[in-house]
Amino acid sequence: MSEYNFTDTAAFHGVWVLCEQRDGVIQSISYQLLSEGRKLANDLGVELCGVVLGSDIPEQYIKALGGYGADRVYYCNHPLLKDYTTGAYTKALCDLVMEKKPEIILIGATNLGRDLGPRCAARLHTGLTADATHLDIDTGKYVQFLTESSSLDMSKQTFNYEDRNLKMTRPAFGGHLMATIICPRFRPQMSTVRPGVMQTQEFDEAGAAKTVVENVAADLKPEDLGVEVLEIKKAAGKLVDLIGADIIVSVGRGIGKDVDKGLELAQQLVDALGGGVVGASRAVVDAGWLSSDHQVGQTGKTVHPKIYVALGISGAIQHTAGMQDSETIIAINKNDSAPIFQVADYGIVGDLFTVVPQLVAEIKAAKAKK
Amino acid sequence: MKAIVCVKQVPDTSGKVAVKPDGTLDRASMATITNPDDLSALEAALELKESTGCEVIAVSMGPFTAEGMLRECIARGADRAVLISGREFGGSDTFATSQIIAAAINKIGVEQGDVVFCGRQAIDGDTAQVGPQIAEKLHLPQVSYVAGIEQDGDSLICKRMLEDGYMMVKVQTPCLLTCIKELNTPRYMSVPGIFECYDKPLEIMDYEALKDEPLIETDTIGLKGSPTNVFKSFTPPQKGAGTMVKDAAELAGILDSKHLI
Repeated sequence: MSEYNFTDTAAFHGVWVLCEQRDGVIQSISYQLLSEGRKLANDLGVELCGVVLGSDIPEQYIKALGGYGADRVYYCNHPLLKDYTTGAYTKALCDLVMEKKPEIILIGATNLGRDLGPRCAARLHTGLTADATHLDIDTGKYVQFLTESSSLDMSKQTFNYEDRNLKMTRPAFGGHLMATIICPRFRPQMSTVRPGVMQTQEFDEAGAAKTVVENVAADLKPEDLGVEVLEIKKAAGKLVDLIGADIIVSVGRGIGKDVDKGLELAQQLVDALGGGVVGASRAVVDAGWLSSDHQVGQTGKTVHPKIYVALGISGAIQHTAGMQDSETIIAINKNDSAPIFQVADYGIVGDLFTVVPQLVAEIKAAKAKK
Repeated sequence: MKAIVCVKQVPDTSGKVAVKPDGTLDRASMATITNPDDLSALEAALELKESTGCEVIAVSMGPFTAEGMLRECIARGADRAVLISGREFGGSDTFATSQIIAAAINKIGVEQGDVVFCGRQAIDGDTAQVGPQIAEKLHLPQVSYVAGIEQDGDSLICKRMLEDGYMMVKVQTPCLLTCIKELNTPRYMSVPGIFECYDKPLEIMDYEALKDEPLIETDTIGLKGSPTNVFKSFTPPQKGAGTMVKDAAELAGILDSKHLI
């Protein structure tokens, strides 16, 4: 093996996706990242590889990664990789990177990925972009993205259309600013990507059948783990699936005068609209009115349901950053100057405790007529 | 035994955020606060001090104006503070920042029993990268998203939060923890603390002070040493305000006509 040189950018090829597993189950973020990685690999004309670190994961789970775009899967099967530890996962991934030299690595911005990514980037002496929400290789596509999604005066911008660096766009300052980050001098180019942002492609049977699974060894000793995992505990009760929901009715500080009633009204509206889940602003989670799995926003989930209703949410950018791409947004708020009305398609100024029961009744009546 | 706490002064993004016409942040017009997760890290260090008598050292990298924030850390109970400040450090990304902070922590000295506390992430960048990257450069084991800490001899048992639950992990000291707000309720500054905070030592570490540290090379710090660069920065477009509807009946009618119900 030639010496590893992170500045020899021409020596690095291929797009990798770290496919996160928990308890032997591949996490849905992996499918989102493979689907996005597929587009980048196509633009570069290179192979897309999934990387699975774990212990005794059923073969069909590994093969299935091909159905979401992976040409190849590196499967690192080792008893010390059963549960996530920073030490073992960092060593296994970095050793593999140094051997195979990928040019891009995508990792889910989960509580595990945000632990592993920075540690690996520091060891590999390369850059890492946190929580990217948009990725481009092709400059033409990037220009198109800026035209649609930025307030830049594009007539004053110049671009090099030969540029093949990964352009990683992420929110900063609570979503007030967007920044596109590049890592031009070193490889691999690394990014964590927020769950729920990238769309999962439809499962492709032929791709799954075609994918090549390559077992790779990990050189791990117990002392590499750095920590001892004593116990892993799942949260009691089912978590809400905000990301997969078509209808989300979120509540904000405005339910404060009667929290129980406010939550009940939100649920009634969800049911009237055809079923979905109740979301929350950060204030509601901070107050302990709903658990953090309900939180929509910059530090919560990014969602794009068909209908998003904001009840008593002022619409700080922290919140809107996570829901502004919903297909239809409805806001109900007492304050007619609440910023939520700037992102809403339809707004009603009024007390949610009065308006929501009327709206539930009107929707039911409209449905009954059909 | 020492508890070293990394703190950052950040613009208060919960209030009004001012953006200049060129798409960069107008920091001058914004109030600054101590990063909220870092206050949880400081509180954890102060609780360790109460149970073990360890020394608590607050460390920050930033402009000289960050001294006020470090004095506030002392007023809350830290024994001394280190401000890493220098023109050579400007423009650092998370990689270069962690390189410099790790060098400063090396200079302070990390020994058996010591704990480095960081906040999980700062509210300006929200990257959560600097803590783990400092740990890598100091060759320390790390536990991130810490919501509970118990001492167990020369180890710590930490509750590490996951999206769907948590894991309990045992980590040997010296180690680095990144703390979240669920860990504790940060204390206020005490009145005697405020009176005495300017009498306690605050050391400035500039480039001269750190240049002999092995981690400090001109190509690993500052803008030049940063693997990542900002290619473009911009504000999202203002979506035009939507249609204001007078009541629930009208809204239900619109939803019906658009086949949304």
